[in-house]
This record gives sequence, C-alpha cells and structure tokens, in this order.
Amino acid sequence: MFVWTVLLIVLMAVIAYWAGRTHAAGLVTAGGARLHSLPSYHGLFTAAGAMIGGLALAIAGALVFGAQSFFTPVAAVLGAAIGAAPLYARSSLDFRARNNFERIVLVLLIACSGVAILTTIGIVFSVLFETLVFFRSVSPIEFLFGTHWSPTGTPASFGFIPLLAGTLLITVIAIAVAGPLGLFSAIFMAEYASPRLRTFLKPVLEILAGIPTVVLGFFAALTVAPLIRGSGEAMGFSVASESALAAGLVMGMMIVPLISSLSDDIINAVPQTLRDGSYAMGATKSETIKKVVLPAALPGIVSAFMLAISRAVGETMIVVMAAGLAANLTANPLAAVTTITVQIATLLVGDQEFDSPKTLSAFALGFVLFFFTLVLNYIALRIVQKYREQYD
Amino acid sequence: MNAPVHHQTLVTPAHPKALASGQFKVTARDVDVYYGEKQAIKDLSIDIPDRSVSAFIGPSGCGKSTFLRCINRMNDTIPTCRVTGDIKVDGNDIYDPNIDVVQLRAKVGMVFQKPNPFPKSIYENVAYGPRIHGLATNKTELDEIVEKSLRKAGLWEEVKDRLQHPGTGLSGGQQQRLCIARAIAVNPEVILMDEPCSALDPIATARIEELIDELRQNYCIVIVTHSMQQAARVSQLTAFFHLGTLVEYGDTDEMFTAPQEKRTQDYITGRFG
Repeated sequence: MFVWTVLLIVLMAVIAYWAGRTHAAGLVTAGGARLHSLPSYHGLFTAAGAMIGGLALAIAGALVFGAQSFFTPVAAVLGAAIGAAPLYARSSLDFRARNNFERIVLVLLIACSGVAILTTIGIVFSVLFETLVFFRSVSPIEFLFGTHWSPTGTPASFGFIPLLAGTLLITVIAIAVAGPLGLFSAIFMAEYASPRLRTFLKPVLEILAGIPTVVLGFFAALTVAPLIRGSGEAMGFSVASESALAAGLVMGMMIVPLISSLSDDIINAVPQTLRDGSYAMGATKSETIKKVVLPAALPGIVSAFMLAISRAVGETMIVVMAAGLAANLTANPLAAVTTITVQIATLLVGDQEFDSPKTLSAFALGFVLFFFTLVLNYIALRIVQKYREQYD
Repeated sequence: MNAPVHHQTLVTPAHPKALASGQFKVTARDVDVYYGEKQAIKDLSIDIPDRSVSAFIGPSGCGKSTFLRCINRMNDTIPTCRVTGDIKVDGNDIYDPNIDVVQLRAKVGMVFQKPNPFPKSIYENVAYGPRIHGLATNKTELDEIVEKSLRKAGLWEEVKDRLQHPGTGLSGGQQQRLCIARAIAVNPEVILMDEPCSALDPIATARIEELIDELRQNYCIVIVTHSMQQAARVSQLTAFFHLGTLVEYGDTDEMFTAPQEKRTQDYITGRFG
C-alpha cells in the first residue's frame, strides 16, 4: 500500500501540474492580456499544492486506518485533490505564481537544513540527559578529576583523567607524525611539483584517506605494534605489545592526506600576485614560500590542523585494536594506554542494561568528547574568520 | 649614438633629449618571445636610456607587458615562456646562464598592475627586500631604509604613525605607493611598472604620476600604460608596440605630434586599437 500511496501522490502532482499549466495558458488572449508568470509556474504551484495535500492526508490516513489499509491511498488522492484545487482556482492573469512557487522552494530548503540541525541538537540533548543521570550516582568532581578508571572493578571508579591523558598522548603522536609529513607534502605539491606530477600525486594521497580505519587498525595491531616492540626491545626498552606509539603512528598516517590535501588547496589559493611581488624583489622560491606564501596561508593551515586533531581525537577503530584497554596514566609512548573512544566502545559492546553507572559513564565520556571536538572546531573556525581578509 | 649596427632596423630615440645625462641602461637586440607555440614578440630591438621614463603603449595583447617582464626575467615563472635574443642591463646579458636572477631582480625592480602588498604590516612590507638581501645589519639601519623608502614613495607622512598596521588596510593608491616603496627599498637601478595606475582613481593616479616624475632623477623607469594621456604626461620617451613588434620608439612629444609611422598615428588618434 505504501508504494501505491507514493505513486498516486506523484501521479496526482503530475496531473495537477498539467492542469494548472493548461489552465494558465488558456487565460492568455490573443489580443494582449499577458500572464504575470509563465504557465509552467502555475503548473508547479498547483503540483506543490497536490504534493502537500496528498502527503498530509496520506499520513493522517495511515494514522487513522493503518498503513496497510486500502483507505490510505484513497486519502492521499483525496488530499492531493483538496490541496491542488484552491491553487488551481487562484491562477489568474496577474497571479504571481512564480514568486509563490519560489517561496515554497525556499521553505523546502530551510526544512532540509533544519533536519540536520535538529538531529545534532537531538543527539546533544539525549547524551546530555544520560550524562546527568550518570552524575546522580557519580559526582562530576570525581569524574572530571579522578585519576583512576576502572568501571568494572569493585568498588568501581570513574576518574576520567587517564583516558584524557591517553587520548591526548595518542593525538600528539599522530599530529607529530602527520603535521610535518602533511604540510611538507602539501608545499611540495603546491609549489614545486609539475602540474602533471601533482595531478597524479594528489589522488594517490587521497586514496590513503579512503582506507577504512578498521583496516588501518589491524595494520597497526598486527604489523606496526610488533615492529615497534621488536625494535624497541632490541634497543633495550621495555615496550608494551599494544603501545600508544603504534596507535599514534598509524593514526598519523591516517590524517596525513587530510592535512596535505587541505593545506595544498589553501596554499594554491594564495594569489599568484603575492608570489610575483616577492620574486620581483629578488626573493628565491624558498624565501617566497617561507616568508610570503606560508604566512598568508597560515590561518587555513591552522584550521586544517584543527580538523585533523578533532578527527584524531574522535578516532576509535585504530586505538581499539592497537592501543589496548589498560587505563594507565602515563606520558610514556611505549606503554599501553587507552582513550575515551575505546572506553565508550568497550562499555557499550554486547548486551547492556542502561541503568548501571558503568553503562551510563559512556554517555558522560561521549559528552566530554563531543565538547572537546566542538571547542576545537570552534577555535578553528574563529582563526579562519579572523585572518580570512588578510590577503585580497 | 654608438649603438651597434644590425641587420635589423634598430629603433632608437629619434631626438634623444633624455640621453644628455648618460648611456643606455637597457638594450635589447632581436628579441623573440614565445608562449608555447605562440610568438608574443617578434624581433624586437630597443635602447632605453638611464634616468628617464619610457612609456610602452599599444593595444592589448601587443606584447608590451611581455617585453617588460623580460627585463627582470619575471617570465621565468611562466613554464611555457621562451625568450631568445640579447637583453642587456648595463651591458650584461641577463639571459646568460651564469647570471643570478636574484641579483638581477634586486637591480631591476617591478611594480604590478594590481597593488599586491604582502599580508604583513606596512613596515614589514618595505623591510622585506632589505631583509632577504641583507642590506641592513641592525634594526636602526633597517628603520632608516624603511623611512627613506617610504619618504621617496611619498607615503611616509600618511603612514608614519601606523607602520605596524597591515599594508592591505591602506587605500588602493596608498597600497600602490607602498609597493613602489617596497621596490625602492632594495636600491634598484631600473623600475618596471606594469600599468601601475589602471586600478586607481584619478586622484591616486595623479599622485603616482608625480612620484614617477620625481623618481626619474635617480632611476631608469619603464612604464606600460593603456592611457595615452598618461604616457604623454609622465614619459620622455614612448615606444609603440603593435602585434608583437616595436613599431616606433622616440621622443614622447614628437610621437604625439608628428609620429613617423602611419600605424602610430592611427593608434594615438584613436583610429584603431
């Protein structure tokens, strides 16, 4: 019945379009009377009425009679007719069908962006409410400043500092890897590479961005981590088999294309006239890049880094596989650490009852994580806005 | 005039009043410039004297900007561009493989059509060149160079209280004078100007023209312009380009009153172009 309902509404809309258009076209007289809007706009306006009326009564019909009922498609057809009829009747020589139809389109566009915004707000509030429930059993002070994380222990403790430290440690390693690699390859691509080389290199780098993180994760756990462990022990360090370094390195590789691709676009957007001005003063290419191009591109590069950082902070799969679950509070990259995202994943995997502090703590972690990336994105946005007008 | 005799008719100033003070600063012989397959300049020869303003005029696409950009090798930044023939500045072939293009551009400065100050402070814009060429050993010297350059460009009084403000915040005319100050700061001997007033209003244009006239005392200036009035106002010598060739080069007053070539006359009287 559902398919029939949709098809009938579309059919009614097509009929309404045709009827509205023909009706409007018929109003034109040979002598001089002209329509304000083209006949097709009268048709579109009538069709929009049919769509809205049809959808409204179809939903009402489904609610009253049930979606499987024979009456639902009937209600849809009826609704379409009721919706289209007054609009059909309104068309006259000076009726502004074009303006009215465009207003309907505008409302549609607003509604679409509204859905995205409302979804975000909805997620924030659902997480926020669960977080508040969690804080009824565990005090926010203990959560935010406690240095011991053991949600399944007896007694359970929910100090989130080790998770934050682990997240930051891995993020710092990732940025330390991806920052120079990404930025330098961007400079190479934008300033030194020939156009042919660039059109080849850029897509190849972007393939790296397309590797699913779960693949990168087992690459980290099965290839990189043993490698680090082996070479570390050969040099006399004690290395955990799941180390922050392994996860950070692979996560760094994951965000290299993000940084290089964005920075490359930004460096390319620096006007050629600035480079010419610098060359004309007798500056070399590297002086021009260091002193003119990069400073001009700096705000964009900073925001590329910020995006990369929030990507790294939110990344889960690689750290689940490569960094481990032990909530150690350490700055040693060779030790096993865990991150906020890993803990959320492990807390909610499998069957859970949603009233224990253990499960609810995932929401608190999620909320903190969300807040963290929100602040980062906000900072990035502000930096870009502040310096956007610098060159023009 | 002891210019070497060539198989080509050499276009030199007919009545070189401007030559009284010295010899030719820039000389070119049989220059051809290609963009890929397309020839932009054909067989151009010219002698440009020092301490004078030479204006290049001609319809769009006639090669005047292209030739201007050859004099400090700015065309090197265009990968498909190829230059043959001799261009000499002070008798040194600037397309010699041994020449350092960095040194050349310090000697032959350039001001562009659209003001292009760096997104830095006014001070840093002017200090940029002296810094990369190591012209100042300490802050005091650098300050002096910046002030002197801004004074020469007639901008000092307007900006002396806001040297740390961004150069991009100035008006268009001020930005262009900042770019001239920036070019002067590295002590060039030749200043190339590629339609320096085309983005400016008449008042700012008049200001720049006055400035060009003052700078003539110390520099060899070559200016590309689309305004024949401007060429007549600021230059002593005028070169008329058409379809990639140099049609005529001579005393500005003569060019505008009694041009030797029919094409020049047609152009300056507005019959084509």
